[in-house]
Amino acid sequence: MIIRRRLAAGACTLLAALTLGLLPAGTAAAEPASGEDAPKVELTLDVSGSMRARDIDGKSRMAAAKQAFNEVIDAVPDEVQLGIRTLGAHYPGENRKVGCKDTRQIYPLGRLDRTEAKTAVATLSPTGWTPIGPALLAAADDLKGGEGSRRIVLITDGEDTCAPLDPCEVAREIAAKGIGLTVDTLGLVPDTKTRKQLKCIAEATGGTYTSVRKTDELSGRVNQLVDRTADPVAVPVATEGAQECAQAPRLRPGLYSDREKFGQHRFYRVDVSPGQELRASVSIGADRAVHNDYGVLLRAVTVHGREVVRGSEAGDGRTDVISTGLRYPKAPADDDDKDAKETVCLQVSNSFSAPASVKTEPGLPVELTVDLVDGPDDASDVASFGLGRGWWLLGALALTGLVVGLLWGWLSRLRDVTGRSY
Amino acid sequence: MRSLRTAFTALICTTVLAGLTGFAGAGTAAAESPSPDAGESTSGPTQAGTGFRDATAVPPGSAATAEASSGDYLYWAFPVDAGQRPTFKAEVTLPQATARHGDSTWRIDVYDGLRRRQPCMYGMQSRAAGQDTGSVALSCTLRPVRSLADPWSDHPLPGSYYLRLTVTDAPEKDLGLPVRARVEADLKDAGGAEAVDGTLSTPLVPGASAKDAEDAEDDKAAEEEGGDDASPGPSTTRQTASSVEPEDGWSSGWWSDRWIWTAAGGVLAVLAAFGGRALTRRPQRPSRVPPGY
Repeated sequence: MIIRRRLAAGACTLLAALTLGLLPAGTAAAEPASGEDAPKVELTLDVSGSMRARDIDGKSRMAAAKQAFNEVIDAVPDEVQLGIRTLGAHYPGENRKVGCKDTRQIYPLGRLDRTEAKTAVATLSPTGWTPIGPALLAAADDLKGGEGSRRIVLITDGEDTCAPLDPCEVAREIAAKGIGLTVDTLGLVPDTKTRKQLKCIAEATGGTYTSVRKTDELSGRVNQLVDRTADPVAVPVATEGAQECAQAPRLRPGLYSDREKFGQHRFYRVDVSPGQELRASVSIGADRAVHNDYGVLLRAVTVHGREVVRGSEAGDGRTDVISTGLRYPKAPADDDDKDAKETVCLQVSNSFSAPASVKTEPGLPVELTVDLVDGPDDASDVASFGLGRGWWLLGALALTGLVVGLLWGWLSRLRDVTGRSY
Repeated sequence: MRSLRTAFTALICTTVLAGLTGFAGAGTAAAESPSPDAGESTSGPTQAGTGFRDATAVPPGSAATAEASSGDYLYWAFPVDAGQRPTFKAEVTLPQATARHGDSTWRIDVYDGLRRRQPCMYGMQSRAAGQDTGSVALSCTLRPVRSLADPWSDHPLPGSYYLRLTVTDAPEKDLGLPVRARVEADLKDAGGAEAVDGTLSTPLVPGASAKDAEDAEDDKAAEEEGGDDASPGPSTTRQTASSVEPEDGWSSGWWSDRWIWTAAGGVLAVLAAFGGRALTRRPQRPSRVPPGY
């Protein structure tokens, strides 16, 4: 008996061991190795001379950055492709022209070899200029191609020293390419001017700006940004709205991106079948220094120019986007024109404005979602199924019942009197 | 005999009425206390999105936390069903007072699944924090969510609700400092008073048609005149906000306490009818004859 039990236990263990042994192999094989859709992050590190300053936890900024990088490299999720680019790492001289071209990718994008990446970072020592603009351009170039989300994480301690190429303008140009690239900036103990510049870069691409004073803040933040890239996000399809409805692109349900200048109108067309409901929402991003009062208007217009329904929103103060939406349920058709689709024009306009010094090109980023779902189950009455509620309802019903009862009794009494009952 | 019957009828009447009153009272009480797991929220996601598209979905009954930089725009998405009245709460732990240079104003905004901003009926939606305060608490109570509203109104409808948290006013120098945020949605039952007729076919969840569009629209696009009419394909990835649903799925919206009220009214009417009849009827025949009804 005991032997048999032992045997069973042994078989069980063997089976478990086999399963365990097989499982990791299976998982490894199932892991997507697709280079096309992999999320990509390029860490862009400033290695200019000023990184020598010892003001982060008593260590030099460079040492803090290296330590943070090591921690980040250890924590990067497997599916993320990580690249590392430096700026100002190699040319120690005084020639501005040469110094401003000094940006190099020290670790190429691709499947991460943690040891190699760490070695590449370990060799760095603070050297030269701070060519942020060229570095951003080069990093954007590295990240080209593929369908996954893309992010540049820029870590620097000083403003760009390579005017006239304004890194903020560079960032806006990168964003305008519509490749869904975000630039997040981290400033190591920066001054006001640097902070402004880094914030401007982040704002232009929908990224974030962080000011770092401690090593663990730096590694924590970079880790968070890398993880954020790994999360799957719906990527909008670039489209271009027209100036009037007749030339507008026909949109199918989905997520779209576009650009709209100050005061410009954009038209899109959507075909709605009878019995369907069109849902559209739009958000316009404030990616530059705009005036403090702004608004957005989304209208559903028939081809003849009649407004069906609109969504509008206005706001003031600091904001990233302003958004609105609308619903247009098209009534079910009569029998004869069941397939007659209606073309609905969506008109997007904004009331952003900006000081004259702010560039108007390219336009503000527009995000448009279009959904077509079955129409609502319409109301025949305001109340749910025409049902009532409350003491007045009870009183009214009881009173009606009482009156009916009284009449009933009175009638039966009448019949008894006339002697014709039962 | 007659008086006995009358007494009996009266007794039934009283019982039903008492029951009804009790029910109504219970209903109100239930509406006032938060749903069981809203108060003691479990730990939810530990991050926040940066926009509508990547808003972090928070399952019902849990609270989300996030480490961020002041100046970030933080987005979360909560599912809210018809008949619920959500109260969104946020608490921000500010950076150390020594690192700050002045007052800052924090604000939450709530947007529905169509990205329409929803007004708050109650709650401090925006609050200024002095330089020495450690944290800011914000809250926003929406109108009760109805199952349907006409397209020209922006009344809250079932679907995803986005919560955006940001600093609206702070000294330039204070942006980019580390902050911690914690948000949750408190859902209360709005009761049958808010039950309306009609329902949306699908809740207002972003990308609701992304899935069926793929199947249905493929052949449609083919026969369209000028097929290359700049009609890019729909995005296949669903937005993250659509990944959470209410605990028991989206309600079909047919139930409300109006059924009980109306049914009770019907019962009451019948009882009142018998009572009325008993009052006006002629005195009964001798008791050896069985009652006529």
